[in-house]
Amino acid sequence: MTINTEDRPGAINARPVRHPWRWVAVGVIAIVLAMMVNSFATNPRWDFPFAIQIMQQKSVIQGLWVGTIFGTIGSMVLGVGLGIVIAVMRLSNNPVLRGVAFGYTWFFRAMPRYVLLAILGTGVAFLYPKLSIGLPFGEQIAGLLGIDTSTFTFFSLDWNALSTTIWIGVLGLGLSEAAYMAEIARAGILSVDKGQTEAAQAIGMSPGKTMWRIVLPQAMRVIVPPTGNETIAMVKDTSLLVAIPIITELYFQAYGFGQRSFKIMPGFVAATLWYLIVCSLLMVGQSYLEKYFGRGFGQPSKKAQEKLRKVAADH
Amino acid sequence: MSSQRTGEPLVHAVNVHKSFHGNEVLKGIDLDVWPGEVVVLLGPSGSGKTTFLRCINQLETIDGGRIWVDGDLLGYEDRHGTLHRLTDKKIADQRRDIGMCFQRFNLFPHKTALENITEGPVQVKGQNKDQARARALDLLERVGLKDKPAAYPSQLSGGQQQRVAIARALAMDPKLMLFDEPTSALDPELVGEVLAVMRELAQSGMTMIVVTHEMGFARDVADRVVFMDGGVIVEQGSPDEVIRNPQHARTRSFLQRVLTEHPAA
Repeated sequence: MTINTEDRPGAINARPVRHPWRWVAVGVIAIVLAMMVNSFATNPRWDFPFAIQIMQQKSVIQGLWVGTIFGTIGSMVLGVGLGIVIAVMRLSNNPVLRGVAFGYTWFFRAMPRYVLLAILGTGVAFLYPKLSIGLPFGEQIAGLLGIDTSTFTFFSLDWNALSTTIWIGVLGLGLSEAAYMAEIARAGILSVDKGQTEAAQAIGMSPGKTMWRIVLPQAMRVIVPPTGNETIAMVKDTSLLVAIPIITELYFQAYGFGQRSFKIMPGFVAATLWYLIVCSLLMVGQSYLEKYFGRGFGQPSKKAQEKLRKVAADH
Repeated sequence: MSSQRTGEPLVHAVNVHKSFHGNEVLKGIDLDVWPGEVVVLLGPSGSGKTTFLRCINQLETIDGGRIWVDGDLLGYEDRHGTLHRLTDKKIADQRRDIGMCFQRFNLFPHKTALENITEGPVQVKGQNKDQARARALDLLERVGLKDKPAAYPSQLSGGQQQRVAIARALAMDPKLMLFDEPTSALDPELVGEVLAVMRELAQSGMTMIVVTHEMGFARDVADRVVFMDGGVIVEQGSPDEVIRNPQHARTRSFLQRVLTEHPAA
């Protein structure tokens, strides 16, 4: 049989499906955008130049660094660390540890952050102006023995002085965050195949090392993306520090500066722009972390491949 | 490969019982394995062979009976006739000398082949890193993967992963190797490369207990074949005795089924 090449179908040159409604949507969006830009440019109350000025004020920058950035980092470090501990407790064989972890999560998830911060800042200072660390019931025992009541006190903390510093904000937000991180970490730990634990046990690893070296690094792949979201949410929640009250914080400072200048909107805009900048940077960092903890799953990144080639060449 | 049964058995299991939620899976297993011996456990699924293997490595705790490995009672300390449960740390120490390979390989996916192998020696035995690396490279060569130290498990075929898993177990210098259906999850064309490594291991004098359906391996490599069914050992003996000339009806019907499915054996 001979094949007539002219009869065989060649390259496809078809007309694409038309999408008229997409063009309608693009048109509508373009009109809305144009209106927005027009209003930005023509409504003098926006006053973007003044907003940029507010962004550069010393008090605003200080609020950004101390309240917003340090507050976020500090509370997330505390939240992630404590959260993982609580998650491991929650998965423990010991019913007391499990119960404590459950109770902790229950309490701090039910507690609004604003209320918690107010209690820590004002309420605790009212109840316990001075916090002493020492033997349990040390003061009572010393009293009974008739010696100086501070004998069994190792050190004491002036809560009144502490309650006006950022540390109390880090503590409050961190305690609250730990409850959410515990749930995230628990899901991450449970997502790791049981065979991984068995393989680690089979080479004689202790339970602690198995958790730390084998299970947690793999759980991180599941834990990191929601932790990024939590961090970004925390950036915004630092604006609640005013409940303590701590005012060295971005929103309060930007808003306050605008108010004092009788230009409220530029104050809002200044805070918004800073939040947008910080959160954008965090999203970039998050994608790097995801790549790092995703190693060994799917295609390795270019940098990892380069490193692999180097390692291979070493051998 | 014939082993001389001198001295004490390496594995001494007596009247081992194990139940899962009231369902008795092991109903009194007695088995001795001598140093250098290769024992293949055969049996239909649900016969308890995998469970028994896991009990030897304490991945399951037994409900009754005793298992000794190299003279050590597993999981308990006998103080004047009273058994005291060992701590997790001590149980981990007992597992050091027992290597195990799993059906699903269970390599650590976040570590390279080399790191998988050095993890145990460095983290458990406290070996020097360079030493452990050098040893790991030797082991990779032994299992035919000299060129793959930097590969992550996801970049390896199933057969390659299982060979890395064997190297990982060998890095701990085990006295005993346990294989839990090491080729069952593999594509047929990859089975041979894993069995070849296991054959070489058997020839080198390693004591091995192997759960497998590979009749060819059982016939050629095993010193003893143990047939289990319904949680008990039905019969055991040399491959010739059990595979060619089974005494029990249950063994015969099992072998008939397996051999018609794998006529190559």
